Amino acid sequence: MTIASEPANDHAPRGPWAWIANFLKYGANSDSGDPKVWFFRHPLFVRITHWTNVIVLTVMLMSGLQIFNAHSALYWGYQSDFDHPLLSMVAMQNNDGSLKGITQIGSWHFDTTGWLGASQVNGQWVVRGFPSWATIPGTQWLALGRLWHFFFAWLFVANGVIFASLAFYSGHFRRDLKPKTSDITGLPTEIAHHARLQFPKGEAAKSYNGIQRLTYFTVIFIIGPLIVLTGLTMSPTLDTAFPFLPWLFGGRQSARTIHFLCAFSFLLFFFVHIVMVVLSGTWNNIRSMITGNYEIEQTGGRDA
Amino acid sequence: MRDGATRRGFLMRGFAGVATLALAGCDSISQQPWLDPLLRSAEALTKRVQRLFAGDHALAQEFTKADIAPSFRANGTLDPGTQEYRAHAQKNFTDWRITVGGLVEHPLSLSLDQLRKLPARTQITRHDCVEGWSCIGEWTGAQMAHILALAQPKEQARYVVFYCADPMTDSDGDGINDSNFYYESLDMVEATHPQTLLAYRLNGQDLDIAHGAPVRVRAERQLGYKQPKYVKDIVLVDSLEKIGGGKGGYWEDQGYNWWGGI
Repeated sequence: MTIASEPANDHAPRGPWAWIANFLKYGANSDSGDPKVWFFRHPLFVRITHWTNVIVLTVMLMSGLQIFNAHSALYWGYQSDFDHPLLSMVAMQNNDGSLKGITQIGSWHFDTTGWLGASQVNGQWVVRGFPSWATIPGTQWLALGRLWHFFFAWLFVANGVIFASLAFYSGHFRRDLKPKTSDITGLPTEIAHHARLQFPKGEAAKSYNGIQRLTYFTVIFIIGPLIVLTGLTMSPTLDTAFPFLPWLFGGRQSARTIHFLCAFSFLLFFFVHIVMVVLSGTWNNIRSMITGNYEIEQTGGRDA
Repeated sequence: MRDGATRRGFLMRGFAGVATLALAGCDSISQQPWLDPLLRSAEALTKRVQRLFAGDHALAQEFTKADIAPSFRANGTLDPGTQEYRAHAQKNFTDWRITVGGLVEHPLSLSLDQLRKLPARTQITRHDCVEGWSCIGEWTGAQMAHILALAQPKEQARYVVFYCADPMTDSDGDGINDSNFYYESLDMVEATHPQTLLAYRLNGQDLDIAHGAPVRVRAERQLGYKQPKYVKDIVLVDSLEKIGGGKGGYWEDQGYNWWGGI
C-alpha cells in the first residue's frame, strides 16, 4: 500500500515517515487528518494495578519455569505416572557427548535442542526444561525460584483483590468488563473487524469492544482465580484444609498441569495484547495506561 | 535430528533435581544481600495463614489400595553407604536404636521390636516432592504423638529434630559421602499430628534401603524433604539456631524454606 494513492487530505502530512509516525501513535487504521478529542480512559487504580501486574506476572512466570525445571514433566491425576507424562522435556546424549533436547507432548516428540530439554548456560550445554534466559534465577536453583515465586504470589493475589474490589465498587466491572450477550452473538463481526484492522472510532472507542470484554473477563476473572486455586492445590498443608481443591481439579498433578496451562494462557494473552496495542496505536495506548488520557478519532472509521 | 545423533544415545531425564543448586552463577540480582531476607519474609506469613486454615489436626487425604503407585519413587539418598549402616543392614537392623532425648522428662532408647509394639497407624497417602511429583503409598508406623507422650516433652520444647544415618558430603573426594549427616525438624504441632509417624513399613513390606530402612518420618502435610529417612536420634529443642547450619534441616541450610507445607 502506498500513501500517495490515498485521497488527498489538506491537513495530513504526507510521506512514509509521517505514516510511520502516525502508525506508532494512533495505529493501523488511523487517518492522520481526522480530528481527535481527549477521553479519560483509565482510572488511577486500573493504571497502578496494571503495571504492578506486569512486574509481578513476569516474576511469577519466570520463577514458575524455574520450579517446573526441577521436574520437567506434567501428569494428570493425583500422582505422577512417570512412564506416561502428558508432557515432558528430556535430553539425550549424542555420541560426541553433545546434548539433544526432546519435548514430548502425548505421543509426539519434537527436537527442541537449545530451547527445551537441553540448552546452553554460560556456554555449557546442560539438561534443563526451559532455557536459562526464561527462568529466575537463570541457573538451576529450585530453592531460590521458590522464594521468588511464593513472595510474588502474595503480591499477585493482593494486587488482584485490590483491582477486583475497586472494579466492582467503582462500576468499572459492570460498565466495561462484564460481557454482554451481544458480545457472543456479535463475535464473528467483531473478529472480521479485528482481522481487517478496523478499530473503533468516535463514540464506540469510548468503551471496550466485545472481544476485549470477553478476553479481559476471561483472563482476569477466570484464569486469574484458576491459577491461584491450582497453585494452592499443590500445597500439601492446604489440601488438608480444603480437601475439595484436589477433588475439584482431579488431583494434585492435574492441578499442576492446569496451573502450567493457565500460565501459558497468560503468556499467549500477553503476546496478543502487545500486538493489539501496536496495531491500535502504541503511543496512544501506552500513554492512556500511564496518564489515563486517550485520543479518539472522530470520523473515518467504524462507528458503532 | 542433529548430525551425529544416534538412537544409541542414552536417555537422560531433564529432571535436574535439587542437588545442583550450588550453581549460583551470574544472577547478579540473586546475589544482592537484601534480596534473600526480603523474599524469605513471605515464609512466616505463608506458614501462619496455612496453619490458620488447616488448624492443628486437619488430616491429609487417605486413598484406597487401588490408588497405590506400582513403584514408589525413591529420591534423595538411596543408600547411606557407611560401614556402620551396612553392618546394621546385614543384621537386618536388629541392633538399630532410636533414641529420644533433649528437652524430655524420660529419654527413650527404642529397638525396632519395641517400636513395632507401640500403637501403629496405617495410612495410604500422597507423597509430594519439592521437585513437583507425587506418589501414593501405604505407610505403617508408630505415631510420633505416642512416642513423644512416652518421653514427656518439657514445656520449653518447641521443635523435634531428627538425626539420620545418611551422610550428605564427600569430604575426602573418594566419591562416597562420609560426613554432614542429614537432619530435619518439625515443630510440636506437626510432630504430634495424628498422621505423623515413625514409619517402618511401605506397602506392607519392611522399609527397603532406598526408602529409608529401617525407619523414616511420615509428616503427611509437608513436602518430602521434611520427612527424613534412616532416622536414628530424635532430640527435642527450644531453638534450631545452634544445630547444623542453624536453619532446621539439611536442605534448609542449602536455602530451602523451613516451612514445607507449600
